[in-house]
Amino acid sequence: MTRFRCAIHIVPRRGILDPQGKAVADALHSLGFAAVGDVRVGRYVVVEIEAASEDAARDQVKAMCEKLLANPVTEDFEIASVGGGHA
Amino acid sequence: MKAGIVRFPGSNCDEDAFHAIADHLGQEAVYLWHKDHDLQGVDLVILPGGFSYGDYLRAGAIARFSPIMQEVVAHAKRGGLVLGICNGFQIACEAGLLPGALLRNVSLRFVSAPVSLRVESIATRFTSQYHVGQVIRIPVAHGDGRYTADADTLAQLEGDGQVVFRYVDDNGEATDAANPNGSQRNIAGIVNAEGNVLGMMPHPERAMESALGSTDGLPLFQSLLDALLGGVRA
Repeated sequence: MTRFRCAIHIVPRRGILDPQGKAVADALHSLGFAAVGDVRVGRYVVVEIEAASEDAARDQVKAMCEKLLANPVTEDFEIASVGGGHA
Repeated sequence: MKAGIVRFPGSNCDEDAFHAIADHLGQEAVYLWHKDHDLQGVDLVILPGGFSYGDYLRAGAIARFSPIMQEVVAHAKRGGLVLGICNGFQIACEAGLLPGALLRNVSLRFVSAPVSLRVESIATRFTSQYHVGQVIRIPVAHGDGRYTADADTLAQLEGDGQVVFRYVDDNGEATDAANPNGSQRNIAGIVNAEGNVLGMMPHPERAMESALGSTDGLPLFQSLLDALLGGVRA
């Protein structure tokens, strides 16, 4: 078994009003970043996990996202990276 | 009637619910420990308000996997009554007992205030003692109360009469100004398709006596009592 470090991005679904993102976008506009369009504020989760392979680690993290880490009604998730691989 | 109030780590309206059942309704109330698998033969499960598991990750997301919730879900699937108040509504949605989800208030502020609600349906075991269109005053206290569901779910809820309470102004109109959290369609409370699970953000258990500013929560509990003792079905 090998230890992997998996990074997960969870963001509000497109079409779901994100007041935190809107507040940040407004603040960026007031700082002069006029080119900023939509901003979404989500969550970044890092999970360390023992698995037989990188694919196995990824599969387990995907199951975690579907069961607990993201709410399928309101959030999308993306497994941004699966790294480590140290014995 | 025997009511069980689930105590999660972080529940803080459990004693209010107990008080409502035991002292105002004169019925048996017991606490149900989140780690247990025993519903103690209760007729009604109350998922109380509070901040179960600190609301870490998302409100209700971790509580939904408490051991007792397996029994609560089984109770609901058998047709047993479940009342989710505030954090309990969030937990019921996370558990799949009710459709949709509760998101951060649009204002990004915690709101604690009495609000006006319009009773949209009395054809439920939770609301038979109200009148359709009745405007009641019940307090809210939450930071994550914005009810959200996809368009199909909203249409189905509306079409099947599952929207039970809506935030309204003093004239009974569902305006944006009367909506304390930005809920879609001013939804404050819904029942499941079978009519045995009600989730609501406002706190009826805090509106049981005039000393607290309102007695408008009392008919909700009397409706439940009537349903259980009188066999009235939705």
